[in-house]
Amino acid sequence: MPIIKVENLTKHFGPVAAVDGIAFEVEKNSIFGFLGPNGAGKTTTINILCTLLSPTSGKAAIDGHDCMTRSSEVRKKIGIVFQDTTLDKELTAYENLSFHAYLYGVPKDLHKKKIDAALDFIGLYDRKDDQVKKFSGGMKRRLEVARGIIHEPAVLFLDEPTLGLDPQSRANLWEFISKLPEKSGVTVFMTTHYMEEAEICNRIAIIDKGRIIVNGTPEELKKMVGGDVIYLKTTNNKLAAEELKKTMGIGAEEKNGELFIQAVRGDACIPKLISSLADMVLSVRLQRPTLNDVFLKLTGKAIRDEAQGSGDELKDSIRSYRKKFDKK
Amino acid sequence: MSTDLNAIYVIVARELIKFVREKGKLVSTLARPLIWLFLVGGGMSRVVSPDMGMPYMQFIFPGILGMTILFSSIFSSISIIWDKEFGFMKEMLVAPVSRFSIVVGKALSGTLVSTIQAVIILLLFPVIGLKIDAVQIPLIVFMCMGLAFCLASLGILIATFYENFESFSVIMNFIVMPMFFLSGAMYPVKTLPPALGLLTMLNPLTYGIDALKYMVFPAKGGLSLTHDFSLAVDIAVIAVCSTVFVLIAGIMFERKK
Repeated sequence: MPIIKVENLTKHFGPVAAVDGIAFEVEKNSIFGFLGPNGAGKTTTINILCTLLSPTSGKAAIDGHDCMTRSSEVRKKIGIVFQDTTLDKELTAYENLSFHAYLYGVPKDLHKKKIDAALDFIGLYDRKDDQVKKFSGGMKRRLEVARGIIHEPAVLFLDEPTLGLDPQSRANLWEFISKLPEKSGVTVFMTTHYMEEAEICNRIAIIDKGRIIVNGTPEELKKMVGGDVIYLKTTNNKLAAEELKKTMGIGAEEKNGELFIQAVRGDACIPKLISSLADMVLSVRLQRPTLNDVFLKLTGKAIRDEAQGSGDELKDSIRSYRKKFDKK
Repeated sequence: MSTDLNAIYVIVARELIKFVREKGKLVSTLARPLIWLFLVGGGMSRVVSPDMGMPYMQFIFPGILGMTILFSSIFSSISIIWDKEFGFMKEMLVAPVSRFSIVVGKALSGTLVSTIQAVIILLLFPVIGLKIDAVQIPLIVFMCMGLAFCLASLGILIATFYENFESFSVIMNFIVMPMFFLSGAMYPVKTLPPALGLLTMLNPLTYGIDALKYMVFPAKGGLSLTHDFSLAVDIAVIAVCSTVFVLIAGIMFERKK
């Protein structure tokens, strides 16, 4: 039985359909990625699933409980890391987690053990008595994830968990998140607009303008844009191309002094290529399609374009604010 | 049920921890009643010669207690706006606890914090020459708590309608000052013209201050200008208002967009 089930879900804000008839299922103990540009309807969907918003129409259920009619059952089953920090910065790391444990009715004799274990897991045990305002962005995020799992939820929602983090904290956080299903037995539902981050997901749904345009495993999605591309440098490209056609039936084209070969599973192809070309090979390079290529193919635009756009808006508003300020 | 009690406990504990960590806040909130008591009260007592059988400064003492409670408990609901602005409110709203326990927890934290402040003001009674028996003090404190709970839940109710700090503080100032002046804190309600008198009757603070007058001046119970209602009416109004405010605020929190 799927742990999250969404059927024909729609949410209108006035005339705007933020979510427009989406449907999907999430299997237990998996990582499900919800991908799309800013404003695609990701956060709206999460807010409906975690009982903060009611849908205009359609159904959403977590572990068999309807998100609308049985919200208190649903709330017990879920943990959430929102897009913006929801920690109390005046409280210490320990106090934030303790607040959460009380709120979720974790038995009192387990509080200390669980909180200490969670802090240890995220590597913040040494800083447990520091106020959260002294923490870096990455530390806050990790603390929020730890808080989200302290009451052992069935599903953990992560809404753009790496937004605004530096590359290193981002990598750390991903490593940590990818271990969660195995380590804590939790199903992870995450949104992101960074395509490369979605690679750790077991399944991905790509959403644009409130509609799911594709749903599948990362491998399946990448196959939609054709397979991998192998670039070969050989001592004699022409001869090598002929040889490949003869022995393996592969068509290779020459491009900028390299042979360019399309293959479904490029990595498995390389050993065969090399063995059939004997010692002619000078170098091999494999290029795999990215999820960004998938998005580009399906929507005709790159996902980053939009992300970049909103970033520019922010810069503009900061600039105009500074202008005002400088005049004074 | 036990989850809800836990939630109330931890919401109150959080506010108290924060209250203790911000000592500057206590000093600044105590400054207002002190200014009113000594500067306004002290100054006015020269011009006002009330026939209520006591100096003006003593007459306004229950009113100043009421003011301390009014400002600190209504403004304690600002924490709700902060929580909304900094996202912490979401952490509470997605938790499997009843929305009423969030409201009650917030109201109780406002109650405790403002009662602490009211007690500090109360202990100044010898300075203005007032005589209060040891027996009266628990009664006064108890009444302060009741009034504080009522006003804190009113503040929370108002806060449920506002998302940002600016509009909330504007509306609060618009409500709080008239509430204070139309409460019988500075003058007996009976002396007001009928239109204003009606407004004071709609103001829960009027009943709270009236009840505090019973507690602070027990011996003068018969004096015409000190009391406007019977003590039973005062307490009933405070209790009913508190319940109504908490219920509506809880329903407002439950409502989803």
